[in-house]
Amino acid sequence: MVTPVLDVKKLKTSFFTDDGLLTVVNEVSFHINAGEVLGIVGESGCGKSVTSLSVMGLVPALTSKVEGEILYKGENLAQASEKRMRQVRGNEIAMIFQEPMTSLNPLFTIGSQLMEAIRLHNKKLSKKEAKQQAVTMLKKVGLPRADELINEYPHQLSGGMRQRVMIAMAMICNPQILIADEPTTALDVTIQAQILELMKKLNEETDTAILMITHDLGVVAEICQRVVVMYAGKVVEEGTVESIFKKPSHPYTKGLIQSVPDMRQKKERLFSIPGNVPKPGSLPIGCQFAPRCSYAHEKCLKETPYLKALSIEQKVRCWLYEDEKESIV
Amino acid sequence: MAEIAEQTQLPPAGPEFNLNEEEKIISPWVDVWRRFRKNKAALFGAGLVSFFILLAIFADFIAPYGFKETVLSDKHLPPSSKHWFGTDEFGRDIFSRVVYGARISLWVGFVSVAGSVIVGSGLGIIAGYYGRWVDTIISRLFDILLAFPSILLAIAVVAMLGPSLQNALIAIAIINVPTFGRLVRSKVLTIKEEEYITAAKAIGMKDGRILLHHILPNSLAPIIVQGTLAIATAIIEAAALGFLGMGAQPPTPEWGKMLADSKDFIMQAPWTVFFPGIAIMLTVLGFNLMGDGLRDALDPRMKS
Repeated sequence: MVTPVLDVKKLKTSFFTDDGLLTVVNEVSFHINAGEVLGIVGESGCGKSVTSLSVMGLVPALTSKVEGEILYKGENLAQASEKRMRQVRGNEIAMIFQEPMTSLNPLFTIGSQLMEAIRLHNKKLSKKEAKQQAVTMLKKVGLPRADELINEYPHQLSGGMRQRVMIAMAMICNPQILIADEPTTALDVTIQAQILELMKKLNEETDTAILMITHDLGVVAEICQRVVVMYAGKVVEEGTVESIFKKPSHPYTKGLIQSVPDMRQKKERLFSIPGNVPKPGSLPIGCQFAPRCSYAHEKCLKETPYLKALSIEQKVRCWLYEDEKESIV
Repeated sequence: MAEIAEQTQLPPAGPEFNLNEEEKIISPWVDVWRRFRKNKAALFGAGLVSFFILLAIFADFIAPYGFKETVLSDKHLPPSSKHWFGTDEFGRDIFSRVVYGARISLWVGFVSVAGSVIVGSGLGIIAGYYGRWVDTIISRLFDILLAFPSILLAIAVVAMLGPSLQNALIAIAIINVPTFGRLVRSKVLTIKEEEYITAAKAIGMKDGRILLHHILPNSLAPIIVQGTLAIATAIIEAAALGFLGMGAQPPTPEWGKMLADSKDFIMQAPWTVFFPGIAIMLTVLGFNLMGDGLRDALDPRMKS
């Protein structure tokens, strides 16, 4: 069996607020194998981004609490020192963000920011070598005239180009894992496809595992091998992309898939799941999705369901499948 | 016009990178200079400031007499070709003293503001970045300093340290610390939420490096603007302290002190008051115009 490169076990991230401890991510477990692309899907506010920041150790230490295990190649990052985390960040686990327009420091050239990233983890490298690496990396992410580009400032680049620069910056130290927090959300649809294509290519070439955080099921279908569906800080369904799209089990997953507009049909109204994600701190008792669920029955409002394996490749947190035996696929 | 011709000669950018020619300018600072250059008042202010800086540097060559050269028989001479600005009650040449005075006022202005900027931004950055109790302590300290009327605080400091130009400078530096501290703190509070700071953390950068390398340069614009304007106030404050006898001591040709010494003769020899007064006014005007121009150039959206 393959040992996963990242194994998150019962991750629980809470924030100290005036109203007491607020749990945003509640016992989330998932793993990524080397070279794999895992998607984390969910609506806004369901804890996707906090999960990724927790893995990076970037949730503010003074106002939050991270529990559980984050095993990176067997090492528990949740217990690691800040010094060790700095070595891990960028070098072993890198991250790219949603807003390429603001992810680069406006006052420095592309080149100087890339070189800074290189020399942070490889201090022996001379400026010249770092510059060379920066140019090579920019070419690798498909940016033309890289030699000129390193002397340009972020405001001279378009959003798509900036996201490519961010990817170059993240990939420059050959990380084992790349966390991509909604990397295509802020981009034009045409550019989105290009960026996904690029990430797919880098994933195949370098064997870097990707944790793709998104609310866009299209992105998941495009690039991921496995998906984790999150709702209100919990994993509600987990499985391979085929199993989830072929046989979505959790009513929430079904709803998400139905919400994708179908271009071939002309509908009066687009489907949407009624209601909103409950706020952490005022979560309903029982199944957290029950108030918005059309299949909800009495038990759902009283008892919290557990994550049940439906098959080798699919798990779901829903009472509807309580009696179902694990089917062998 | 020459600029436009220059720009049109640039090779056309590739279709994919729709950079128009104007965006070819390299550094954001070049951009700032371009906007500053268009502002006539700001240029005039910068001209005034440069003029006084040159006066201060070359005072030894420009001043026809020494600043303490006393000729008692020549006292209170009106302006003439021999003494452009006339003479004071000791027969000293006022033009020479005003020229040497530029050295003192600019020195006080620059050094005291440099001191406030360094201490104030240091404290402001720490307060803004680390927040919580660090912020509380530093912010309350600023509040306490700001609770005093500034000139009163300066007088208190000088009273404690003893009257001298150097102590006046320290006093002025102290009273300006909270202004810079609060300014930088508020700027840091917004910058630290920017995604490029999270991105910098995500590539494994240390806090210290983030502060100096990413947060400080991005809060520089308001510091520069406030700094320029603060030099103007510092010069006025130094003159005020000098006027009150708490700053420069005779025979130092400090403009405020010159005003104070001559105020009794304002009817008989108005030139003794007029020229140092004009010098103060012009320097302060220069720094203010320049500061306003810098603000408009550094943040075009703020321009009303």
